[in-house]
Amino acid sequence: MSDGVARAGRAGLGLDVERIRKDFPILERVLPGGRQLIYLDSGATSQKPRQVLDAEREFYERHNAAVHRGAHRLAEEATELYESARAKVAAFVGADPGEVVFTKNATEAINLVAYGMSNAATSSVPGADRFRLGPGDEVVVTEMEHHANLVPWQMLCERTGATLRWFGLTDEGRLDLSTLEEMITERVKVVAVTHQSNVLGTVNPVDVITARAHAVGAFVVVDAAQSVPHQPVDFHRLGVDFLAFSGHKMLGPTGIGVLVGRRELLEALPPFLTGGSMIEVVRMEASTFAPPPQRFEAGVPNIAQAVGLAAAVDYLSEVGMEAVAEHERDLTAYALERLGATPGVRVVGPLTAEARGGAVSFVVDGVHPHDVGQVLDDLGIAVRVGHHCAWPIMRRYGVPATTRATFYLYNTRAEVDALVEGVEHVQRFFGVAPTATAGGAGGGRNTSGATR
Amino acid sequence: MQVETLYQDIILDHYKNPHGKGLREPYDAEAYHVNPTCGDEVTLRVRLAGEGDDVRIDDVSYDSVGCSISQAAASVLHDLVRGQRLEDAMRVHDEFVALMQSKGQVEPDEEVLQDGIAFAGVSKYPARIKCALLAWMAWKDATARALGRDQASRPGGGLDGQANKEGAGR
Repeated sequence: MSDGVARAGRAGLGLDVERIRKDFPILERVLPGGRQLIYLDSGATSQKPRQVLDAEREFYERHNAAVHRGAHRLAEEATELYESARAKVAAFVGADPGEVVFTKNATEAINLVAYGMSNAATSSVPGADRFRLGPGDEVVVTEMEHHANLVPWQMLCERTGATLRWFGLTDEGRLDLSTLEEMITERVKVVAVTHQSNVLGTVNPVDVITARAHAVGAFVVVDAAQSVPHQPVDFHRLGVDFLAFSGHKMLGPTGIGVLVGRRELLEALPPFLTGGSMIEVVRMEASTFAPPPQRFEAGVPNIAQAVGLAAAVDYLSEVGMEAVAEHERDLTAYALERLGATPGVRVVGPLTAEARGGAVSFVVDGVHPHDVGQVLDDLGIAVRVGHHCAWPIMRRYGVPATTRATFYLYNTRAEVDALVEGVEHVQRFFGVAPTATAGGAGGGRNTSGATR
Repeated sequence: MQVETLYQDIILDHYKNPHGKGLREPYDAEAYHVNPTCGDEVTLRVRLAGEGDDVRIDDVSYDSVGCSISQAAASVLHDLVRGQRLEDAMRVHDEFVALMQSKGQVEPDEEVLQDGIAFAGVSKYPARIKCALLAWMAWKDATARALGRDQASRPGGGLDGQANKEGAGR
């Protein structure tokens, strides 16, 4: 594949985006009415390069079999491909292969931890008691979590009697960590935080939070669904306990996600889903469980999808995650500058590209985000509208919803220009185009509507 | 541009100047509906009048946040059912729902739907049908509640609007 991937650092100018785009057949798509697709919704799901599609197809055409069972040749090949996918993913995020659990997606990965913890109440897995929670214990999250890193913790508290607390947000769209010491006390058992907000783009200081959490003996669970695809992430260097992400947001297929967990913790964590493949010995009365990661992979897994994810990891590694991050920083800074200079448009989230990823949410005064998205779609521009599975953020900033553009390695400044021109077209279409200057920089955000 | 088939002038007019918006008292029942995929919300109250076969929709009042389609649909709903006999209002409801499910294949009946015919284009945008139906579903829900209450505890018709504020949930 090496000749198919545009290398980073060509003349020090970053990615060869034109070459990268050729690997993504869908980007050539012309929509009804002759509109050229402009895909700015990679935060929801990324597009897939041919290399990933080919890897999946080749697996089905040549190697398809159930893994970890059967003595025939295909079963051996499939198992080998599946386990080498695990090793590749592990290397990509600075973990050991034994610390990588394949799940359906990031949501399932987080649920795996939350259910493992409540299953600890009755589990016979040695060491499981360290995960037990009950009344008086606390789980700390943040107000900027995706529902996937909020609802599972609400439910864990409901099952165990523990109390849920959360960090609020500053008006600038960052975590308010001024209460770090009061919030993370000896009572806290779990701190669950997003590495990079899918709405605000904010990159959170996970190291600061982890240092405090570990000082009081709390586990740190990081939602990395928006960080692993877009910046270099090293699990061991980050020092957190659990890390969750999805394959489909990082050029991989849907149906494959990853939980990375520190080995000693995975060894003590009771299983979530149970059945075939995850057992050690089964008798009619009771069963014992396989060591991790198999303990957490009940049933025949998504093998072709794991193989596809490995191809995605190869692709990203070849391009270079530093180069991907740099490219997105450039697009983000450019989008913030241009949208910030557009009267009647307000960005929701940090206004500079510092400690910030490529999710740019904004509101257009006088036009509901659904209508913004619909008219942009008419121009061929795909953005996400709504609450982005992070409803509390909308309440915090007093908006019903936002329009969100998200960038990836295949996006260009010209596409940012098209977005800005599209937004101006939206304003004219709905008759709200501001005549004077004003508006723009986002300083006028309503921050009073924290709750409803 | 195809999007003009969706954003008819009638819809944009209702969006900019909604008819009958604002919650009013007294009322018989209230329903709160949301579109969980986008966060659009409507709280809608129904006030009935009359007895037996002569039950009519005395008032429909609402408060809502959402896109132009959902806001305009609430405004048109208000115009179409307020003052109507229950039976006629239900017929309009059924007609509107049928139009939304038509995928653009049905010629709307202007006699029945009046400004509601402007929503014909919405049926070609599957993601927006729920927007157009949000207020109508809330109205149907609130009306059913009002009728239930009617049968249970409405011998004289005099109702204290404050007494029945439970929301419909999601």
